Amino acid sequence: MRCVTAPVIGVLALQGDVREHLTALTDVGAQARPVRRAAELDAVDGLVIPGGESTTISKLVDIFELREPIDKRIAAGLPVYGSCAGMIMLAQEVLDGRPDQRGFDGITMTVRRNAFGRQVDSFEAPVEITGIDGGPLHAVFIRAPWVERVGAGVEVLGTVTEGPAAGRVVAVRQGNLLATSFHPELTRDLRLHRYFVDLVRT
Amino acid sequence: MSETTSPNPDAGPVVGTARVKRGMAEMLKGGVIMDVVTPEQAKIAEDAGAVAVMALERVPADIRAQGGVSRMSDPDMIDGIINAVSIPVMAKARIGHFVEAQILQALGVDYVDESEVLTPADYANHIDKWAFTVPFVCGATNLGEALRRITEGAAMIRSKGEAGTGDVSNATTHMRKIRQEIRRLQTLPTDELFVAAKELQAPYELVKEVAESGKLPVVLFTAGGIATPADAAMMMQLGAEGVFVGSGIFKAGNPAQRAAAIVKATTFHDDPDVLAKVSRGLGEAMVGINVDDIPVPHRLADRGW
Repeated sequence: MRCVTAPVIGVLALQGDVREHLTALTDVGAQARPVRRAAELDAVDGLVIPGGESTTISKLVDIFELREPIDKRIAAGLPVYGSCAGMIMLAQEVLDGRPDQRGFDGITMTVRRNAFGRQVDSFEAPVEITGIDGGPLHAVFIRAPWVERVGAGVEVLGTVTEGPAAGRVVAVRQGNLLATSFHPELTRDLRLHRYFVDLVRT
Repeated sequence: MSETTSPNPDAGPVVGTARVKRGMAEMLKGGVIMDVVTPEQAKIAEDAGAVAVMALERVPADIRAQGGVSRMSDPDMIDGIINAVSIPVMAKARIGHFVEAQILQALGVDYVDESEVLTPADYANHIDKWAFTVPFVCGATNLGEALRRITEGAAMIRSKGEAGTGDVSNATTHMRKIRQEIRRLQTLPTDELFVAAKELQAPYELVKEVAESGKLPVVLFTAGGIATPADAAMMMQLGAEGVFVGSGIFKAGNPAQRAAAIVKATTFHDDPDVLAKVSRGLGEAMVGINVDDIPVPHRLADRGW
């Protein structure tokens, strides 16, 4: 039986790798559920924005009238974690996106979409994350964005350490908002999801 | 997801792994991939909310109508499409035509579809897809075919359906068949899995993995004959993880509106109220052809094995 105090964490389920996040969140003890409607958003203590196609997710957020409710919850302190497309959706400014593409009123940062290149440039590499013990995370980058600039109050948690993109910022946190360029949900390493669930609990 | 092909986690950056290839398809889930033959069509698809576009020289309905040998698109056209949109661009290569695939990889396409819609280049062998950095999607009509393609390195599977018809019945058959065969594997004791592998003409390890997980180790989309929001939603309810739409959009009366409606129907595939709303006022769907009216030698789903 689930512990009654397990936080309820929604995964924005308009498009993308929703199932992988639901599985990872469940495995670290959260009550995970998909969120596609404003009413479903009301019931969550935290929200994950999955990997996917950010232009599509941005469009669907508007069409199905989720932008305002999510912005309101973020303003009220809702913990939100975004991976890849989710990072783009949490950025206040997006480079190389569509002109009509809009994220939530989220992290004070500028991200560059598809910054590492096209799919043939997608890669796996170890990334050290501040606040996560036990060695580097095995990070999977798929047509991934990177963080170009961060504003005041944004903590850089991780950067690429090797290869042509060494030094690029790929994990950040601002208060209750967390974002990574990569996809921990595609690996069996649950530390980042545990970190987020702990953030929701506190 | 296969762990055996993943690199040493302590090594530096590695490209072209099974995980990044299969992972790319995971990111397309719940989305619609649309066939386009020009940069203008690609823009319409992106505006409508497509998660990717598939570049080809003629949509299947035209290939069917015009006949002749159908090949990979002109590289200029593919470049034009890549430059026109920011979403992923896929492109089709002929079955077994590994040089078309090499060219597509060099052009920077994000996924190659080794497709029965084009005229096969090799009637014995499919492409060795492990040899590429770019990932591949392949069609399948049943589980054995899907597993053989995965064995050859496919990182995503789609039902074949009968492309260019606007008749969804074959896609339905293929989706049901694949799911049914997976469910059957789940009921078999270990000793019978060896025979199942023989019957499926697929490696035992892969068959065992599917029996244990109850799903393919790669993403399963649907394709072939999808022409309406209701078609897309039905395929999603039958277990597809996303939708390819070929001729169904640009052979219809109002492509932009229909494309957007299919995107919405795919996301809310299980909500009839939303489906009713998005199905209104779309104008004329593609006229279509009944699969039964197509002579057997002209059926595309029978290409590949």
